[in-house]
Amino acid sequence: MTNPTRIRATVRDGITEVRARLSHVMETGMRKNAAGALIPAHFITDLTVFNNDRVVLSAQFGPSVSANPYLVFKFRGGAPGERVRVSWTDNLGESRNDEVAIA
Amino acid sequence: MNHQRRQALRAGGGLGLYALLTAAGLITPELAQAAQTRAGFDAHTLDAVLSALGAGKPAASSDIELNVPDLNDNGAAVRLGIVSRLPKTEQVAILIEKNPSPLAAIFTIPEGTLADLQTEVKVSESCPIHVLVKAGGRFYSVRKDVQVTIGGCG
Repeated sequence: MTNPTRIRATVRDGITEVRARLSHVMETGMRKNAAGALIPAHFITDLTVFNNDRVVLSAQFGPSVSANPYLVFKFRGGAPGERVRVSWTDNLGESRNDEVAIA
Repeated sequence: MNHQRRQALRAGGGLGLYALLTAAGLITPELAQAAQTRAGFDAHTLDAVLSALGAGKPAASSDIELNVPDLNDNGAAVRLGIVSRLPKTEQVAILIEKNPSPLAAIFTIPEGTLADLQTEVKVSESCPIHVLVKAGGRFYSVRKDVQVTIGGCG
């Protein structure tokens, strides 16, 4: 079970700023647990952000991205009430889609 | 598009397969490109990452800004701010030189999105952080030495 991505999107002077905090362990696969066994790798590999149906950012991640990945970026356009959707997939095939209305 | 990729992945792994499928017209060059950048994440040295991304020896550029504190208490979450003023910036990659997997992330910047972003990365030990930018089909980079008190890859 995964937790929702926290997203905030605000538009000012024709530029929309997106702030997102994804909920994910981003386990590298190189850490050991208390018993000395390796904890398997578990991290987000692909991220896409949409404004309505337009892709405004896409990314590929490796295990060096911090746990609960943080992201801020800006795109031209966007209007109050339009949707911003953050979509991710991880190396175990889990995925999430969360969205917010632009304020 | 995602569907096609799944089918391609289900058909079997490996980069050779991607080349084959591309030749057969089963997957697009964009998907083959995605597979190539994925190889960058498997590389364990800076040079190997650069070569996997086809970046060769990128030119140092003062039009890329990397904002990061010189000294960080916690290597598990080092906040980076990146701005590229290079026209036609299409890709931004973050490389942490001494991490076991130096390539942290590759961002693809579509038309209309500003090359101005912030994120957080793990830094296993004090080392240079490099930002690699692909703009107008060419590669540029900037580097900054970053110190961490407690390494972030544990």
